[in-house]
Amino acid sequence: MATTLQRGINTLLGQIDAPVATFFSSCVHCGLCADACLFYTETKDPKYTPIRKLEPLRRLWQQEYTFWGKLMKKVGLSKPVTDDDLAAWEPLVYDSCTLCGRCSLVCPVGNDIVYMVRKMREGMVASGHAPEGLKGATQRAIELGSPMGVNLNTLKAQIKHAEKETGLTVPLDVEGADYMLVLSSAEIAEYNDIIGAVTRIFKQANVSWTLASDGFEGTNSGIQIGSSDLAAELVGRIVHAAERLKVKYVISPECGHAFTALRWEGPNLIGRPYPFKVLHIIELLDQLRSEGRLKTASVDQTRMTFHDPCQMVRRGGVIEQPRNLLKQVAPNFVEMPDAGVQNWCCGGGGGVSANHRAEPVRIKVFSRKKAQLDAVDVKTIVTSCSNCRSMLLDGLEHNHMDDIEVIGLTELVAEHLADEQKGSAA
Amino acid sequence: MDQEMLLWVRGTGLQIAAAVFVIGMAYRMLHLLLLGRRQSLAEARGSEWSGGLRTMLRRSFVLPRLSARGKFTVIAGYLFHLGFFITFFFLSQHIDLLRAVLGVHWPALPRGVIDMTAVLSIAAMIALLVHRFIDPVKRMLSDYQDYLTWLLSFLPLLTGFMLLREIGFQYVTLLTLHILSVELLLIVAPFTKLAHMFSTFIARWYNGAVNGFKGIEA
Repeated sequence: MATTLQRGINTLLGQIDAPVATFFSSCVHCGLCADACLFYTETKDPKYTPIRKLEPLRRLWQQEYTFWGKLMKKVGLSKPVTDDDLAAWEPLVYDSCTLCGRCSLVCPVGNDIVYMVRKMREGMVASGHAPEGLKGATQRAIELGSPMGVNLNTLKAQIKHAEKETGLTVPLDVEGADYMLVLSSAEIAEYNDIIGAVTRIFKQANVSWTLASDGFEGTNSGIQIGSSDLAAELVGRIVHAAERLKVKYVISPECGHAFTALRWEGPNLIGRPYPFKVLHIIELLDQLRSEGRLKTASVDQTRMTFHDPCQMVRRGGVIEQPRNLLKQVAPNFVEMPDAGVQNWCCGGGGGVSANHRAEPVRIKVFSRKKAQLDAVDVKTIVTSCSNCRSMLLDGLEHNHMDDIEVIGLTELVAEHLADEQKGSAA
Repeated sequence: MDQEMLLWVRGTGLQIAAAVFVIGMAYRMLHLLLLGRRQSLAEARGSEWSGGLRTMLRRSFVLPRLSARGKFTVIAGYLFHLGFFITFFFLSQHIDLLRAVLGVHWPALPRGVIDMTAVLSIAAMIALLVHRFIDPVKRMLSDYQDYLTWLLSFLPLLTGFMLLREIGFQYVTLLTLHILSVELLLIVAPFTKLAHMFSTFIARWYNGAVNGFKGIEA
């Protein structure tokens, strides 16, 4: 165990850069980050205070980078970080943090706490302290190509289904296409209407696009578990496929962490800039809308609201685009309290949904989303992350609110395309 | 004896403390910055600098919705910091000292106002200390430095107030104690969490830069 612990500690020390040292130096222990974290607000348990989740990393920083810490270590008065410490912190770092980043917006001294949790997970993996559920998901992603075990055959079956339904061709491995669409496993396995929806939208907007048989799955368990090596391997597959097909753009699916992995972390993981650009599907749809290429002919009168996926909105900057699209097709769209960059997480991001041990606390903290929904009294929740979608469905079911429908934004837009008759005003 | 002591404290003593503060703080900040960070290879959607500068400023004023305990922390925190800085920068005796050392000066606030800011600051500090004991989150987060730095920040306010009102001791004794308490604060600041008086702005810059790079106005 000692060697694994040492590897973990070395990894953690390697994660300490100028921002981390500055953040720990600046923390005044005011506890305001607790107010921003749904795991604290919904349980009132102080152990869920975001900055507290970083205690082992903070201690290492103190012992190696500060005057008093070094002095205390020299005279044997400091408390070394042990394997038991890391084991005790595992549920705090993984089960009760969705990497939603709300704490980073609140901290008055400016600490980017989620930046540090992401780094802390690197050390947790290296020391052997990652949850079994996430380990399994990551292993399946590496070995089978998807955390849910979805493979090319599954995709091909769904393509066939979509082609039959739409009467259109779903392009696969088309070299020289402008856009390469990446999907999430959940979209292939559960929310497969997305394939037909995208096909119809792109047909109308005259978009040159393709799927890639060797890079169709965008979720990245490597980022969630905190293993840059594995995250690089997963992102590398998509980069390789995009380079093989010589596309100009890669489209991130309706999946928050896939967007973070592809758009923001990817080039750093593989160590070089991309020869293509990355867009979130919602960014692209809104761009097509503003160019007049995406035309809708009908609206949905249902009272609906939008759940902001953390990685797309707060951490990803795709904020106005989903609203522009919604305003076009949903005249009775209402914002929930704290909508936009301050919205609350579904509770299952950052690998929490893949971590079975976290289920009880995840269900418990859904009370925050429930309160937001109670305030707007809607029939439908629209979102643009398939993981949020599953978590919302699960949370609603546990709260006996299953009369509320949860739908994806791309499908909603496709329902109201101009050249289609179906989906007229309800 | 008291006079001699006062002379040393306001002369050599203050020079030593100021030197430790300036050199120590510069070293501490450089030490932080020189650790560096990896530049992102992703395509930027906005500017790191505009995001960084924006957060440096905005984080002092724009706050999200908070719980009762959060509001208490923010309000008491503001009162303490504002009271401390107004008292420090706008008491005529402090301005005279800063003028002698730095060569610049500005108008002082009336004594009545300074009395009020000092009392508010002292009251806010006591309230924050009590809250640190009774609030479960703060109590759990707190370590010895939180209490030590509280004491070191409290003593100059307390002795300063006693000095203005000549409470407890003779003027010379009180002045000596007041200057000593400030010197203690100056000497310890660079090596404790009091360094946040500068590092906060670097932290905010890094935080804002990440959002600025992504084109997020947060």
